[in-house]
Amino acid sequence: MQSFLAARLAAAILALAATGTAAQQQVTILTSFPKELTSAYKAAFERANPGMRVEILNKGTSAGVAYLRETRAGDRPDVFWASAPDAFEVLAKDGLLAKFDPAVKGIPDKIGNYPVNDPQGFYRGQALAGYGLMWNTRYLAANKVPAPKEWADLVKPVYFGHLATSSPSRSGTTHLTIETILQAEGWEKGWSQVLQIAGNAVAITERSFGVPDGVSNGQFGIGLVIDFFGLAAKNSGFPVEFAYPSQTAIVPANIALVNGAKNADLGRRFIQFSLSPAGQELLLDPKISRLPVLPETYRKAPAGYPDPYGGKIRAKVNFDSELSESRYFVVSALFDHAITFRHKELVAATRVIHEAAVKLAAKPNAQGQRLLTEARALAFTPVVDETKTRDKGFLALFRETKRDAARQKQMTALEEHWGKQARQNYDKAAALARQAAAAAK
Amino acid sequence: MSAPLAAPGAVAPLNAEAGRWSAGQAAVALAIAAFLLAFLIWPVLTVIRVAVTEPDGSLTLSHFGSFFQLSLMRESFANSLYVAGMTVVLATLIAVPLAYITVRFRFRGAILIQTLGVLPLIMPAFMGAAAMQLLFGRSGSVNQLLGQWFGFTLPIMEGLKGVIFVETLHYFPFILLNLSAALANIDSAMEESAQNLGASGWRLFRRIVFPLALPGYVAGASLVFIKVFDDLGTPLVLNVTNMLAPQAYLRVTSIGIEDPIGYVICFILVGFSIAAMAGSAAFLRGRDFATLQRGAAAAPRRDLRPWQAVLAYGWIVGVLLLVLSPHLGILMLSLSKVWSFTLVPEIWTLDNYSVVFRDSTRMITNTFLYCGLAALLDVVIGTAIAYLVLRTRVPGRQWLDHMATVALAMPGVVLGIGYLRTFRDTEIPFTGEALLGSWLIFVLAYTVRRLPYALRSCNAALQQVHLSLEEAAQNLGASRARTIWRVVVPLMAGGILAGFVTSFITAAVEISETILLTSRESLAPMSYGIYLYMQSIAGRGPGAALGVVAIVMVALGTYLSHRFVAARHAQQFMKGQRP
Repeated sequence: MQSFLAARLAAAILALAATGTAAQQQVTILTSFPKELTSAYKAAFERANPGMRVEILNKGTSAGVAYLRETRAGDRPDVFWASAPDAFEVLAKDGLLAKFDPAVKGIPDKIGNYPVNDPQGFYRGQALAGYGLMWNTRYLAANKVPAPKEWADLVKPVYFGHLATSSPSRSGTTHLTIETILQAEGWEKGWSQVLQIAGNAVAITERSFGVPDGVSNGQFGIGLVIDFFGLAAKNSGFPVEFAYPSQTAIVPANIALVNGAKNADLGRRFIQFSLSPAGQELLLDPKISRLPVLPETYRKAPAGYPDPYGGKIRAKVNFDSELSESRYFVVSALFDHAITFRHKELVAATRVIHEAAVKLAAKPNAQGQRLLTEARALAFTPVVDETKTRDKGFLALFRETKRDAARQKQMTALEEHWGKQARQNYDKAAALARQAAAAAK
Repeated sequence: MSAPLAAPGAVAPLNAEAGRWSAGQAAVALAIAAFLLAFLIWPVLTVIRVAVTEPDGSLTLSHFGSFFQLSLMRESFANSLYVAGMTVVLATLIAVPLAYITVRFRFRGAILIQTLGVLPLIMPAFMGAAAMQLLFGRSGSVNQLLGQWFGFTLPIMEGLKGVIFVETLHYFPFILLNLSAALANIDSAMEESAQNLGASGWRLFRRIVFPLALPGYVAGASLVFIKVFDDLGTPLVLNVTNMLAPQAYLRVTSIGIEDPIGYVICFILVGFSIAAMAGSAAFLRGRDFATLQRGAAAAPRRDLRPWQAVLAYGWIVGVLLLVLSPHLGILMLSLSKVWSFTLVPEIWTLDNYSVVFRDSTRMITNTFLYCGLAALLDVVIGTAIAYLVLRTRVPGRQWLDHMATVALAMPGVVLGIGYLRTFRDTEIPFTGEALLGSWLIFVLAYTVRRLPYALRSCNAALQQVHLSLEEAAQNLGASRARTIWRVVVPLMAGGILAGFVTSFITAAVEISETILLTSRESLAPMSYGIYLYMQSIAGRGPGAALGVVAIVMVALGTYLSHRFVAARHAQQFMKGQRP
């Protein structure tokens, strides 16, 4: 048995060594995108370039970043292709991306106020993504819930227990959604809206895909999602709808050449292909349903396809990416410590607040109304005020992840404070709302 | 663990030998130690030293203080303990009757049940939990029925109880497998004597059978505890974050790979796993479970009385329905085009299977190659460690056991990153190929991570082999190696097989490390493929189809290996009768 094993091992190693030398014309793409999209590009690129092979390496965005960091130069994949712009920023700072200008014509410099390509030239927008609401029509009909139009609709009591969202620390797309709300409404009012939406939510999912997945199969009624998730589900026959609220932001999904790539030439060729008319057209496939970055491609789109250049999507928010980046970790950490990890308490407070409001509407009572207003203020005010987010020292604390013991202590104390404060606020708000409800009797 | 039955004089030669240790034993121990140091301890240390160092490299314990300062961490700690404890209790309630009835009674379909009982382990946690959502979730089939007929729904998939529910159904096979192997190894004479003395039913089980099978039960139960304590996939799919493993994962992946608190959690997970193992070993120490006569195939299975049979079949059918519900969910998902807010899918199709067989056959063969080799290495190393620990006096032998056990508590992310860091520049001897770019890295990673399973099973099996059987062989002139090969290993066969099966199937569904280590899609195993498909709406069908293929093939393998062992036992028994 042992000799058999040894023989088997030796044979396998030899076979592998043989295949290793054969694969020269191979471009490796590190991506977080789903299989439908990557298979379509692989097939099209190989058809257009006979003799070349595309190897897709699919990892989540953060795992992809970790993989690039830990791989030695010369062995790295050739192209990095993902949504979240901040992942590209991190890679560029670490010197893991190479500048490359594919010189494709027809792609505008900006979408709204947001640059399509990295101003420094490290990465380029390959598709556009808008954020919006997706809902399951059967679920809403069965639970007699109206379809929402705006982010602000989601704070209404009728949506209690029917929403789902992910957390900004888990998903770059959710971070952009939250940041869009914060920029549209301002810090205090924005957080109040986010807290109320989260209070109505039944789950804070761990992956951004958890939201469209749950809405598609009917676990959740309504989800906050990136457009292609909603559109692809609808085009695949699921009973779902997708809409852009008026305050949404359109931002690019990106592609970049990796520094220290094994096959940089082929990598360049692949990026060029992905930005060409043929490459852009692939995005219109119903199973992919992404927004091309090349305006002329929309002429080939089916009727009703959203066109960010055609004025069909009203993006009122001029997304400020510098502001977003400066407070990136604060927003993520605050969301997690006040919402994700304290979701149970937040939902409990939201429930009694809704109940008290119903009782007070039936039997108005000044004392009760005052208590309810106080309860709302307690539950739906962020535990960090805006002046703090402009404090450079405060922001620096979050930016640096390699911390010495003293800074780690400081950081831990802060997290503890946020979590504790949030929990106290929610518990107290629930008590006040209960008193308010009692006053209405 | 000494031999209480043997007269002192008879064992003197062997005892004298056991006091020393041979060079061969030491060489084996050293080789295993080197392997574990290189592929487990060192990679893990390169990552988790963050927990006890300052950025400049000096040592500190301050991060542990920070950890306990966070009430969130204390709460997570308590939640993890609660979930793991409750899961062990519930898994025991499911597994013990299943094992006892199928091994000890004449029962139609016992092998089938043993095989079906292992099925939950074959499914990646994220897929099982997804399927359970479709059936038991808020808008799952069960709650839709309840809502339509009775006007209420059961929130069984929410919060900590959802985690306990899913984990119980997922991990009870650990107890079932180990306990069944142990039950089959009990000397039937013990039971017969007890029966002759008038014991029967519950009393027989409680006083004789269960105590003798205790090593198997404790091995299984401690595995369940540790697995649940460390499990990441299930809480994450159910969106439960306030537990230790998810906290570690969330911190490492969102705050950054350098966040010390995340590694403090890893430290605690490792510590607890070792403590649980040491605790179970201490619990078993000083008791003797070995029996002299082996009679697995010859053990008389008793007949069930009619009312007992009704009860037993009722219980088993009920449990199996519950246990197989995720598989039913996956099967339906794999045959569906659209399944949304309805009891069963509304559009049925076979397309998903043609997609899988067109695109992913390579992944299927990869899984068998990697996991088969890894499981084989695991039982070889596991048997060796068990033998060194229980039968020799090689200094530091306990440390082999402890070292191997560390892998249980290592989150796949940590080991994965450790491998990427440690072997960045390593090349395979002779071919010059980068180790990280070859499929051998998967075999190594799976071997190391699944070794504890095999080790537990081998350990339990060896504990049940009475020392005097080996002494008899050696007194008859057999060398130590020959004794091991011809007496010990065959007597341990059931346990070794259980170890092989557990290692194989848990390796086949490993995902977090696999994602990190996959450097080319052509090298990827099936678990990676399932994960990949499951990332998009249109991919759920093919993902489920690939899952069904995996389940069917592994179940077939388990069934055949059970048959194989049963046949071999029968054969040996026949041989024994002839002269």
